Amino acid sequence: MNSERCAACKYLRRRCPSDCIFAPYFPSNNPQRFACVHKIYGASNVGKMLQQLPTHKRVQAANSLYYEAQCRIQDPVYGCVGIISLLLQQIHNAENQLAKTQAEIAVLSNSHTQDSQFQQNFLLQQGNVGQSSSPSTQPSSWFK
Amino acid sequence: MGGSPSPCASCKLLRRRCTKDCIFAPYFPSDDPRKFAIVHKVFGASNVSKMLQRIPVHQRADAVRSLVYEASARVRDPVYGCVGAIYYLQNQVSDLEMQLAEAQAEILCIQMQQQPTITNQYHGDVKSSQFSVSNFNSSPQIFNFASSSNVIMQDPLKRESFWT
Repeated sequence: MNSERCAACKYLRRRCPSDCIFAPYFPSNNPQRFACVHKIYGASNVGKMLQQLPTHKRVQAANSLYYEAQCRIQDPVYGCVGIISLLLQQIHNAENQLAKTQAEIAVLSNSHTQDSQFQQNFLLQQGNVGQSSSPSTQPSSWFK
Repeated sequence: MGGSPSPCASCKLLRRRCTKDCIFAPYFPSDDPRKFAIVHKVFGASNVSKMLQRIPVHQRADAVRSLVYEASARVRDPVYGCVGAIYYLQNQVSDLEMQLAEAQAEILCIQMQQQPTITNQYHGDVKSSQFSVSNFNSSPQIFNFASSSNVIMQDPLKRESFWT
């Protein structure tokens, strides 16, 4: 018999047996954790869910149940489904933004390539004609 | 005398009389018994009833939908339930943020490359300060979608490579 009851057995006001299913995952120093899970799922359902799992997976199951219970308490209508919905919206917005940014890159890269080509051609022509005068400093004359 | 209405899925499963003010009846019709069965399995009828009673009537349909979704996720994945999906989506958001950052950096690089090309054409009067970084017309809307960190409560679980 445990000398100190786990949070679940304290909450349920019962003796905490040595093989208590809740004890490893709901320690007595965190009573709020079990209270939260109990409020949403009920002790019996939590016990059944944990019992159906292999021992090495029960910690993660208890943690995820606690997380979902917290979400449901904070948002009684949507629970953690509200978070999923927000994440999906964020992903949608981010994908749109990424697509726009990539389109911008394509435009900039294209215009950069065209400018470089134009300048190369112009300099070649200058060389062929053999003019010694310096290029015009007026920007507008370069692009007629 | 008219026949009594068919009991809702909840009262059928719970084997009780379905009263006219049954809290479950509007949301668990008798033609879809699986919906209530799954919610009852994960949350329990009593807990669902208490949750619905605490919610305004016009929001109960949405609450039931989300409970059914969560219960289904938990039945499919008894270890992680919905939290598995949250973890996966958070990773997707992080990946997209990284891709956006890289794309924005690429735009800056291209713009920086373009400016010196124009500078070479001018000799004499052009001042190099004209092409300082602060004068670049950077593209608008950099990083203007909300980070998930101010929305998500906390990292749901610390676990390794669930989705590899």
